[in-house]
Formats: sequence, C-alpha cells, structure tokens
Amino acid sequence: MNILEVKNIAQKYQAENGETIAIKDVSFSAEKGEFISIVGPSGCGKSTLLSIISGLLKPTAGEVFVNGSRVLEVTSHIGYMLQNDNLLDWRTIYKNVLFGLEIRNIKTPENVARAEDLLKKYGLYEFRNNYPSQLSGGMRQRAALIRTLAVNPDLLLLDEAFSALDYQTRLTVTDDVYGILKQEQVTTIMVTHDIPESISMSDRIIILTQRPAEIKEMMSIDFNMENRTPLSCRNNPNFSRYFNHIWKELSIYE
Amino acid sequence: MNEVHDKEYTTLSSERNAYLKGQKRTQRLIFAWQIGILLQFLFFWELFARMGIIDSFILSQPSRIASTFVSMAKYDLLLHVGVTVYETLVGFVLGVIIGTALAVVLWWSSFISKISEPYLVVLNSLPKIALGPVIIIIVGAGTEAIIFMALAISLIVTVLEMLNGFRHTNREYIRMASTFGATKGQIFLKVVFPYNISTLFNSLKINIGLSLVGVIAGEFLVSKAGLGYLIVYGGQVFKMDLVMASVIILAIVAALMYQGVVLLQKLAMRWYSH
Ligand SMILES: Nc1ncnc2c1ncn2[C@@H]1O[C@H](COP(=O)(O)OP(=O)(O)OP(=O)(O)O)[C@@H](O)[C@H]1O
Ligand SMILES: [Mg+2]
Repeated sequence: MNILEVKNIAQKYQAENGETIAIKDVSFSAEKGEFISIVGPSGCGKSTLLSIISGLLKPTAGEVFVNGSRVLEVTSHIGYMLQNDNLLDWRTIYKNVLFGLEIRNIKTPENVARAEDLLKKYGLYEFRNNYPSQLSGGMRQRAALIRTLAVNPDLLLLDEAFSALDYQTRLTVTDDVYGILKQEQVTTIMVTHDIPESISMSDRIIILTQRPAEIKEMMSIDFNMENRTPLSCRNNPNFSRYFNHIWKELSIYE
Repeated sequence: MNEVHDKEYTTLSSERNAYLKGQKRTQRLIFAWQIGILLQFLFFWELFARMGIIDSFILSQPSRIASTFVSMAKYDLLLHVGVTVYETLVGFVLGVIIGTALAVVLWWSSFISKISEPYLVVLNSLPKIALGPVIIIIVGAGTEAIIFMALAISLIVTVLEMLNGFRHTNREYIRMASTFGATKGQIFLKVVFPYNISTLFNSLKINIGLSLVGVIAGEFLVSKAGLGYLIVYGGQVFKMDLVMASVIILAIVAALMYQGVVLLQKLAMRWYSH
C-alpha cells in the first residue's frame, strides 16, 4: 500500500499586492521505505509542497493522504525537518531531542527510552548534557533528526535539511542520515538544490517545472548495487548519466 | 558558555598566567581610582565648606550629613527606607506581572494589538507624573496613590518591551514547534517565553528604576513617610543636611535593588540554563 498519496495539489498565495500561483497541479505517491527527492528551479514551490504534505499549510485545491487517511492538520504520522536544525539553545541536547514528545504529550517511558536509544545509536549519548552551541554542525543536524524521529513518524519530510552544512560534513551527514533512515524504514521526501545529493540518496527523483509547479519528470534511480550508500554510489557509472540528465532538464530555466 | 574555562586546565601556560595577572592588576587599579575620586570629592567638599568657599547651609557638607545620618539611624531611618522600598517593590511586582500579562494578550491576538496600538503610543509618550492629581482623586491620597504612580510609570514600558521581545522570537523555532503540532499555548510556554528570559530581565532592570521614580514622585505629592517625604520635608524646613542624607540613602537603596534584580537574573539564568 502507498504510505503517501498526493492528489492534484494546487496552491495560490493571497497577499495585499496580489496573488501568487505557487503550485499548479502536483500528484504522486510513495511506498513504504522509499526515498524520494524533489528538485526544481528556485522559488518553484518545493517548500510549499512540503508544508502542504505536512499539514502545516492548507492547499487551495487537492488532497493529501497518509496511511489512507486525509491530512487536514499536523499529524503524528509525519515528521518535518526544516533547513536549520532549530535546536533550542537553552535546552540540553537531551531535552531538545525530547521536545517533540513533550509537545505531543507522548513523553512516555517507552518513547523516552527509544529517544535515548537513538542518541546512543547515532553517537550523541555522551553529549546529551551539552548545549547545542557546544556541538559541531553535523552533530546538531543529527540531533535535530533524532528529535524528528523520536516521535516515530511513518513519513519524513526534509526541506534542504543539510544545506547549512559545509561540503565535507554534508557528505558524512548524508551518509549517516541515509543509514539511519534505511534502518528505521522511514519513508522520506527530501527537497534539495543539490543534484548529486538527490541522486545519491533517492530511489526516485521528482523534477518540478518553474513556478507554478507541475511535475516535469519522475525518474527512477537504480544503481544495481548491494548495500548502496550515498558515498559509494557516487562512483557508479550511472551517476553522471543521471546527473547530466537532471542538469539538462533544470538548465532550461536558468 | 563558549569561553574556555580555566578550571578545565590542570596547569596554565605562563602566557595565560601573565595575562590573568595583568587583568587582575588593571581591575584593582580601576577600583582604586573609583574609590580615590569619591574620597577626594568628599575631602574637598568638606574642606571648602570649612573654609567658607561654599555655603554649607545650602550645599551642606559631608560631616554634617554624616551626623544627620547617625541621628536618623537612631530615630526613624529604617521606617522611611522600609516604606519607600515596600512601595517600590509592590509597584514593581505589579508592573511586571500586569505588564507581562498584557504583552501576552497582545502577542496572542494581533487584532487586539492593532486596535490598541495608538493608545499605547500616546500613553507611552505621556509624562505619567502629570496624572498625579487624577490618581490622588481616584484612589485617595495615600500609599495606594504612590503605588499607582509607580505602576503608571513602569507599566506601558514593560508592555512594549515584552511585546517587542515576544514578536522577535526566532520564527524558525516557532515553525519547528508547529511541525510537531504545537498549540499556541505550547508555543508560548516552550519557545517564546524561554526565548525572552533575557528580555524579561532587561525590562526588570529598567522597571526597578522606574518604579522608584514613580514612588519618589508619589511621595513628593502625598505621604507621611518614605525617603521622598524626607526630601520634601527637609527642603520645606530648609534642612539641607536631611535632604542630602536622604538623597544619598536613596542612591544606595536604588543601587541595592538593582543589584537584587541582577542577582535574581543570575539565579534564573542558571535555573533556565541559558
Ligand atoms: N506565505 C507566502 N505568501 C505569499 N507568497 C508566498 C508565500 N510563501 C511562498 N510564496 C511564494 O510562492 C513561491 C514558491 O515558494 P516556495 O518557498 O515554496 O519555493 P521553493 O521552491 O521552496 O523556493 P527555494 O528554492 O528558494 O527554497 C515563491 O514565488 C514565493 O515567493
Ligand atoms: Mg524552499
């Protein structure tokens, strides 16, 4: 069964100085465990699309279904990670990681134990009593991911979640995160500007047109590799083929 | 939080030692100058008064202020200080609580906030002391009027300051909380308020001073006790020693209350671990 169904989404923003049509018509679906990237020219409506899927924003038309039920507001099935880690600087890493559980009033001993497990598994447990300012960018990003995963979402939305990191850190963090997500079997929709990043992580890539966004092309990414990781598949001969294709599709809009 | 703490090092490098020693020396020198200036000021004041260069009847002189201080201390100094401190603290606490509560309401509803904007602007620029006679007529010529005056002076500033802080909370933090489905109340309690702890204390520091201004102004108008009363009374009977002594005590009281807020801030920061 599809875990996510996006059906004929359209979005018009109203402001005092006029109307902006951000999304014209977008439909797609995602299976459990799938990793989908969304790429498109800047300002085409990618963040808008994620906000709609998350339930933060009501679309002007169309419907979103997660696990078969319609998304009308923010639900506990969906985890949404923004561009900045947004760790609250007055909370320790431990308390930051529990933030989502607190907000959703599900800070049960089992959930706390799960969050602690994630901290241990992903190398942050010794730093749990540190404050965000004492951690490196990569560690902060991991902490933010654990905060999102601690509420146990079936569907994870990432909006340029790694773009604040420098290139080196970014490569290792995407490798880490990819491992975490595959292990936890989380379905992921990721918006990115970085074409290599999208190829290296995704099972499918959705290429959007210029604003107002429509789906221009849906690409399946297949490397025929066992134990594929974002770093290892960068050396695969298919990688540059995919890259050139997406590059060409997007450079029309430059 | 970011600086390197010296206790983390078991042995300090010689450069670090020299640096620390230099810092300490500068600090001591500054302190010596501060005390020195005060002592010289007092010395020349006393000297010129004794030599008759300045009129000690109008400008008083340190030795007479000191003896006034001693006789006040034997008599009713504590009462007057107590009254002023009490009125200031009540006005201060009320101002902070009511002001913060109003700021929360205005943050919550942008509609109410837009309606009240012109009123806030006018009230903010109005010199509240002008309301003195009105306040006396409404609440009576007693302690209430003085507290009311302190409140009137500090309230609007608190509202504006806190509201400004609330509104400048990092939007991304709020968005992050929304992604977990946070209610407006949760957003306030878990993000906006903690984010503004330092704003709150900055406003407390301003407010303790403003409340004191309000109380002294109130005591000038109506009162039977308090430092403001002593100053007005001393002026009326031309006892400048009493006026000067009271002003000096007032300065000490103001400084102590300010330090009290600073201490409170340190405790709160540790508790909130900023
Ligand atoms: N709240 C809003 N009100 C009005 N217009 C908006 C609003 N949010 C976004 N827009 C407009 O909608 C369009 C799509 O914005 P969106 O942020 O979804 O694009 P994006 O693809 O994420 O851009 P980027 O690549 O820069 O991240 C833009 O033209 C933007 O100006
Ligand atoms: Mg965006």
